[in-house]
Amino acid sequence: MAIDVKNLNFFYGNIPALKDLSFSVTQGDFFIIIGPNGSGKTTLMKVMAGIFKPKTGRLKILNRTLENYTRKDLAQTMAFVPQMMPVDFPFSVIEVVLMGRSPYMGMLGIEQETDLKIAEQALAFTGVDHLAHRKLDQLSGGEQQRVFVARAICQEPEIILLDEPTASLDLAHQIRLMDLMEKLKNETGITVVMVSHDVNLAAMYCDRLLLLKNGEMVCLGPPDEVLTFQTLEAAYGCTLLVDESPLGKVPRITPVPHKYIHRE
Amino acid sequence: MNTEKPLLIKRLWVVSFSLLLVLLAAMFLGLSLGSSHSGIKAVFQNLLGIGPQDPMLDTIIWKIRFPRILLATLVGGTLSLGGLVFQAILKNPLAEPYILGISGGSAIGAIIGILMGLLRFPGVSLMAFSGSIGTLLLILVMSSGHTILKKDALLLSGVMVNAFCGAVIMFLVSLTQDARLHNIIFWLMGDLSMVDMPQVGILAAMLLPCFFLVFWFSNSMNLLLMGKEMAQTMGINVKAVTVTLLVATSFMVSTTVSYCGLVGFVGLVVPHLLRLLFGPDHRVLVPACVLGGGAYLVFCDVLARTLPDQGEMPAGVITAMIGAPLFIYLLKKTRR
Repeated sequence: MAIDVKNLNFFYGNIPALKDLSFSVTQGDFFIIIGPNGSGKTTLMKVMAGIFKPKTGRLKILNRTLENYTRKDLAQTMAFVPQMMPVDFPFSVIEVVLMGRSPYMGMLGIEQETDLKIAEQALAFTGVDHLAHRKLDQLSGGEQQRVFVARAICQEPEIILLDEPTASLDLAHQIRLMDLMEKLKNETGITVVMVSHDVNLAAMYCDRLLLLKNGEMVCLGPPDEVLTFQTLEAAYGCTLLVDESPLGKVPRITPVPHKYIHRE
Repeated sequence: MNTEKPLLIKRLWVVSFSLLLVLLAAMFLGLSLGSSHSGIKAVFQNLLGIGPQDPMLDTIIWKIRFPRILLATLVGGTLSLGGLVFQAILKNPLAEPYILGISGGSAIGAIIGILMGLLRFPGVSLMAFSGSIGTLLLILVMSSGHTILKKDALLLSGVMVNAFCGAVIMFLVSLTQDARLHNIIFWLMGDLSMVDMPQVGILAAMLLPCFFLVFWFSNSMNLLLMGKEMAQTMGINVKAVTVTLLVATSFMVSTTVSYCGLVGFVGLVVPHLLRLLFGPDHRVLVPACVLGGGAYLVFCDVLARTLPDQGEMPAGVITAMIGAPLFIYLLKKTRR
């Protein structure tokens, strides 16, 4: 198991955010967490990344409890790409990607030839090698996101966690990023765990889906099991149409605007 | 792909060496110029020990100007480094010890110490340190939470802390109608004239270890700029690094305040310039700030000593006249 969660509870102060979650992520899976706003997706991701400490419950990464990892060990095992935010300081792309090597370097992060080579490979893999010496703040959102993925790849992790990586990207960049993560999973066997708002995008790529509501698990399984009319309507509380995507064998979800509901 | 990016070590040496030359040039200027017009040639002769020697000039250079220049170097380096650290940790390019009110808080502590009749070291320095920690805590409370206004709130709170500190300082000064009054006012504006060599030695012994400590954490500061969460998942102990850097910086800044009062905006001007020249890598910027900041304040002090026809003005006047307009310009530029 890449990630194994058992009876996990997490509170913000006294307010419960995650309630008694138990699930596991198989190694090499493309695993996507969906759910309405405030359902605890991002919280769950941060707990898995070791940023938030769970109140009760057990969290195992590669069959080893989280407490048994040193910071560097964990950083060499699991990389995290948080939600995008502006960087005010003009780092170049290669500088940012090299930061991903810091779990393998000393306190001052002095890079060796091998680190540079790994960084260049990561840039090539994510298709931003031509931007290596550009400043990060001059890039488009889609390019920046791929730089951050390259940085995560540089950590040579077994697991990559991504928090809504496609939010605020245009259609082309959304598909490119998802294709990239799928390629990464297929070619390297890295487990990809992602939080997403876009159920249709999730349906097209994931092996398994976890649907959360109010910090509780509603459903877990392959997309055609989770993305049904009943579960989605229960979780999101709005009227939805679920049919098959023209691409075939993938559920397609259409939220129904109010004006169409009383027509027939 | 172009991999000719110079390796860190090489870049570090090139930058440090060129800034060291700048610093030495500024120091030479500082030794040569002053209210007594002796001429650069005579100073050269004294420094090299050749030609006719003027014992009067010898005293001026080594007893008055030299400690003053060393003080300016240490203080300028410290304040630049302070700005750099605060900018990295608060992720705000406008943060600076003076603008945030850290210097003001230290000044209150220092003045209380002076009025209690304590020695500059360790009494006044310790009082200044507690003042700076007090303002630091206030700033951290202001900057926690997740409001969109976070950045502006931070600067605004700094302005308010400064205004409040100014009022408290004037209040304290008004309570004592004695001869120390003039000295305190002059000291407040950043006065570099009141030290001798042993005092500079004590100051250096306190500051130099802090410089190395900050350098030790320079790569961590790079990672922190990517966001606390990303830094943590790259193996950084975010809490420990942040607390260590903030306490060390407050200590450095408050120590310099207890020696020479409020010298503002150095921590804004110098890191900004150096970032433009050498990029945002803190492993290069930390030594660059120490050397470049030193050179900058020595230079400002030369201006402060030579611009007035008679006497001199505090160096803080010059740094504020350069720094405040730059702050306004940067504020406008970073507004999105």
